[in-house]
Amino acid sequence: MQASGGTKIVIEPVTRVEGHGKVTILMDEAGHVARARFHVVEFRGFERFIQGRPYWEMPVAVQRLCGICPVSHHLCAAKAVDRIVGGENLTPTAEKMRRLMHYGQTYQSHALHFFHLASPDLLFGFGSDVASRHVLGVAAMHPELARQGILMRKYGQEVIKATAGKKIHGTGAIPGGINKNLSLAERDELLADLDQNRAWSLAAVKIARDYTLAHIDTLAGFGSFPSNHVCLVRQDGAMDLYDGGLRAVDAEGQVIFDHVAPETYLDHIAEEVRPWSYMKFPFLKALGPENGWYRVGPLSRVSACDFIDTPLAESERKVFKEVSGGKPSPVTMAYHWARMIELLHAIEKIDELLHDPDLQGEDLVVEGTRRSEGIAIIEAPRGTLFHHYRVNEDDQVVMANLIVSTTSNNEPMNRAVESVARQYLDGQTITEGLLNHIEVAIRAYDPCLSCATHALGQMPLAVELVDASGAVIDRRTRG
Amino acid sequence: MTATVLLYGYGNPGRLDDGLGPALAREVASRGPGAGITIETGYQLQIEDAALVAEHDVVVFADADTACEAPFELRRLEPRREMAFTTHSVSPEALLGLAHEHFGCRTEGWVLGIRGYSFNEFGETLSPGARRNLAAASDFVHRALSDGSVARNAVRTGRKGEDHA
Repeated sequence: MQASGGTKIVIEPVTRVEGHGKVTILMDEAGHVARARFHVVEFRGFERFIQGRPYWEMPVAVQRLCGICPVSHHLCAAKAVDRIVGGENLTPTAEKMRRLMHYGQTYQSHALHFFHLASPDLLFGFGSDVASRHVLGVAAMHPELARQGILMRKYGQEVIKATAGKKIHGTGAIPGGINKNLSLAERDELLADLDQNRAWSLAAVKIARDYTLAHIDTLAGFGSFPSNHVCLVRQDGAMDLYDGGLRAVDAEGQVIFDHVAPETYLDHIAEEVRPWSYMKFPFLKALGPENGWYRVGPLSRVSACDFIDTPLAESERKVFKEVSGGKPSPVTMAYHWARMIELLHAIEKIDELLHDPDLQGEDLVVEGTRRSEGIAIIEAPRGTLFHHYRVNEDDQVVMANLIVSTTSNNEPMNRAVESVARQYLDGQTITEGLLNHIEVAIRAYDPCLSCATHALGQMPLAVELVDASGAVIDRRTRG
Repeated sequence: MTATVLLYGYGNPGRLDDGLGPALAREVASRGPGAGITIETGYQLQIEDAALVAEHDVVVFADADTACEAPFELRRLEPRREMAFTTHSVSPEALLGLAHEHFGCRTEGWVLGIRGYSFNEFGETLSPGARRNLAAASDFVHRALSDGSVARNAVRTGRKGEDHA
């Protein structure tokens, strides 16, 4: 990025965020923050190199985007391919198996993020020593909590293994259905640990809720701002992480659009390209790029749905909404509380599904009239995920467009960084505290940058302060 | 009582020789590893693998190695407290440390590095040199598991051979 008459601070990459990003803080000549940008500097190109591949490979191939949330890509691609084979009206066994897989994914991903990436921020404070503010610090101070986090993630992974065939890059979802049901032995094994995981989930929600309520005044001023929100909802307005129509609400909670069918998403959402980032900037067409940016993920889903159809999570949602006066929450750090409400919802849905005899059904696949295009939306742990494919008569993919949740949260993350930088940058000194606070704000969104672009390798954290003449006047590295 | 052993082969089979770890696990599994042996594969080590490690007396992490002497090297692991940049990967030492710390185990850890040569392209095949090294490593591990020498700490390093890349 070219600085014109200002001072530039560069932070790269952000620690304990999945992938690689870079933060640039552009200062004016008076030493104040003029602008902040959260860059993604690697080019993904994934949509390009799957062109020419047969469409039925997509549910397996797209999982290579990520080793952390492959299930979301697996299921979203499968839903899109369902439409290509005319098999979108799944059998009860197929839909419920996929849902069980998805709730397992949500559960393990949220547990990993909260206990191993976010909880150090909450338990030790944003400005605490980075040398101990990580999961091993949690392990030392709160050994049982860290152990719970490991076992909760393990449980989610076991749900995935039972439904997808393996924990990473499974093959359970196929065009028009699934390739296996849930055996009674698999069901009983998962039921054995269910009560313990429900109890741990309730305790995790309490940690996030108590933390948020105890610090609400501070958090309301930390990287927070009103915004639009987008998520899927069921026809009756309930939270639905697997399927449904697209809803957008504004900062007051007023509906911008509702129950939009996935196949018409391009009528409502567009993507802006900016020269300094490989990540696009999606926006709501009705409001334009200036005012149409929006947030996705747990904060948006808990804020924008009408209710949650599991009792424990619904009880928590009501408390959550009370804190923001019934409107969508503007508090960025409330993502963590919302994430734990979803964790609780996921374990309740797993409970519900494991007791459903449809999971032992034998009718696994449906077929219908073939189409040349397939579009699907799913609520991945980090937010709304779009998969769009066009195929030719030889069954090859000729066009692919993926909008991942981190891309939708691109503009909000930029705004969060700018807000925090304005608050915590003091003079021309790069402090650990400043870096920590910026990272805390970005981590709330749980961005997955290897998913939003393509990241390989690991780089140390490097921070540079560059004055208006281009000279480096301060530099710090970490990692 | 016979020691329980976990053989964990990890790596990305879609990145050529990076798939050596999972390939070794499959080879050993196909030869019938015997009682007390658990075989697991993955793309990368994950935090929750600490619980699996803790269930065994010995763990052998098999991974592609870009720098060791061909065909392979076996080295002892010490548990370590560390935090990587992301949770996308956890080092074997850190995973062993998590297992010891959170689950109160005293699992003994080893890393089997199998020399690989091609990593920078997409593809689900192994280079000719990697295939030869895999065969040597598979023979070695099969023998070690069969005669119990892994559990008796009787092995230190693999046979040094020619670099066949």
